[in-house]
Amino acid sequence: MERGILVFDNTSEVIRAESVLTSAGWPIKVMGPPPEIRSGCDLVIEIPLMEELNILRTLEKAGVSPMETVPVSSPLLQPVDLFQIKDFGDYRMVRAANMKLTIHKKTLTIVNISGGGCPDVPYLAEAMVGKKLDQAPSPRQIGHTLCGYALQLAYEEMKRQCLP
Amino acid sequence: MFAVVGTVPDEDFPLVSGTVSMDDTRICIQGHSVSVNRGTPALLAAAVKTCETLNIDPPFGYLVGDIGKGTGSRRLYETLAEQLASFDFGPGDPQSETGTGFNVLAFHYLQPDVDWHNRILMAMEKMRNRPVLIADAGFMYAAKMSGFAAEYDLFTPDAGELAFLADEAAPHPFYTRGFILHEENRIPELIARACEHENAARCLLVKGKTDYVAKGKQIHATIDSPLEGAMEAMGGTGDTLVGIVTALIGTGLSVTKAATLAAKVNRWAGHYARPTPATQVIEIIGQIPRAFARVIRESEIGDIWTTPLHRVDTKFPRT
Repeated sequence: MERGILVFDNTSEVIRAESVLTSAGWPIKVMGPPPEIRSGCDLVIEIPLMEELNILRTLEKAGVSPMETVPVSSPLLQPVDLFQIKDFGDYRMVRAANMKLTIHKKTLTIVNISGGGCPDVPYLAEAMVGKKLDQAPSPRQIGHTLCGYALQLAYEEMKRQCLP
Repeated sequence: MFAVVGTVPDEDFPLVSGTVSMDDTRICIQGHSVSVNRGTPALLAAAVKTCETLNIDPPFGYLVGDIGKGTGSRRLYETLAEQLASFDFGPGDPQSETGTGFNVLAFHYLQPDVDWHNRILMAMEKMRNRPVLIADAGFMYAAKMSGFAAEYDLFTPDAGELAFLADEAAPHPFYTRGFILHEENRIPELIARACEHENAARCLLVKGKTDYVAKGKQIHATIDSPLEGAMEAMGGTGDTLVGIVTALIGTGLSVTKAATLAAKVNRWAGHYARPTPATQVIEIIGQIPRAFARVIRESEIGDIWTTPLHRVDTKFPRT
């Protein structure tokens, strides 16, 4: 199937668009951009080009339209999809890419967030540390960068492991 | 004097520059203050503590609020690019007062943006006295992606970030390819690979279970004790290390000696804080004077005996 990528102004919009398209059931993937359009902290959304118009309509309705759609001819960078789990006795740490999230196992309270280098990491840590896993704001809601996106993956994995 | 460039996690925090001090658990700059949790405030707090311990001038900071949208970072980049190029830091700024400028510039939690990175680098090339250049966190990501990593004197990656430096195709640690595993026992191999592709600074301080100090491909030192495993889970422990090494390089110590000493001090500060994975980094920062005393007491004097270091009170309470 011919593939294309949706290019957005910033990573926050990619994260929003991913939520909209996933909720609507579209078969999309968040990927790394090809070298010619990389500027720094980038993500793009890979789509089936056949469905471009329908997907763009979905995004337009949600108020998160991309800057452009680009056909893809070469392989895109895959986000890291491996998790590392570390047990510290009373605490459990999940690592996704360069981000680590640690909880107190008994209370399910987020006790620390480490790693990363984008400016939303300290912001996310302030918002999430000290809160219960099921009550903390998700990085998807308040994060803006690839580090925020990686923390979302760690957060989802921790919830999958620890919440019923 | 050395300067630190970074962000604080408050969108309303203005763009400020000036000397940085500490008030209990907050850093203070130009009438503004911010709590020390992790990120650039943790780096600066560790640097302030180091300066107090060595009885040297406090750090100079360039800070702006940014919560990841990049707006604050770009304002800071723009201001810095103009000021560095023109040598005009304004009244009261050390660059104007001394005429010699900063001897060290450390770039930290900034939105990775290759275009702005390159403009900053071009501006620094026009400086009369080029400072020692340190990059960590987001600015290190941009420096690697720009292809100009070798222009820097020191990068301070953790093992995962070293794997990213070693992966010539990855534009961000998020895309590090799986076959470049960041296992602790492969650190020398990853350092060599990063150097081969010119994606490393001249020196590397790799933070981890064992800290590695490398100059090019050569491992200059490894530091593995004391070991506090909980520090891996704590946010900000890498930032404190960068703060200590930046201040030490500011005293005139060579990059490799400063990195080795800083790694020891950071490990001992962590040890004295008796950390659990829930410990917050401010508790480690409070132990920096005690850690310095321990490390200086146990060091070979000829290795590190510079004027500021002999001011460390090695009789600091040992309990």
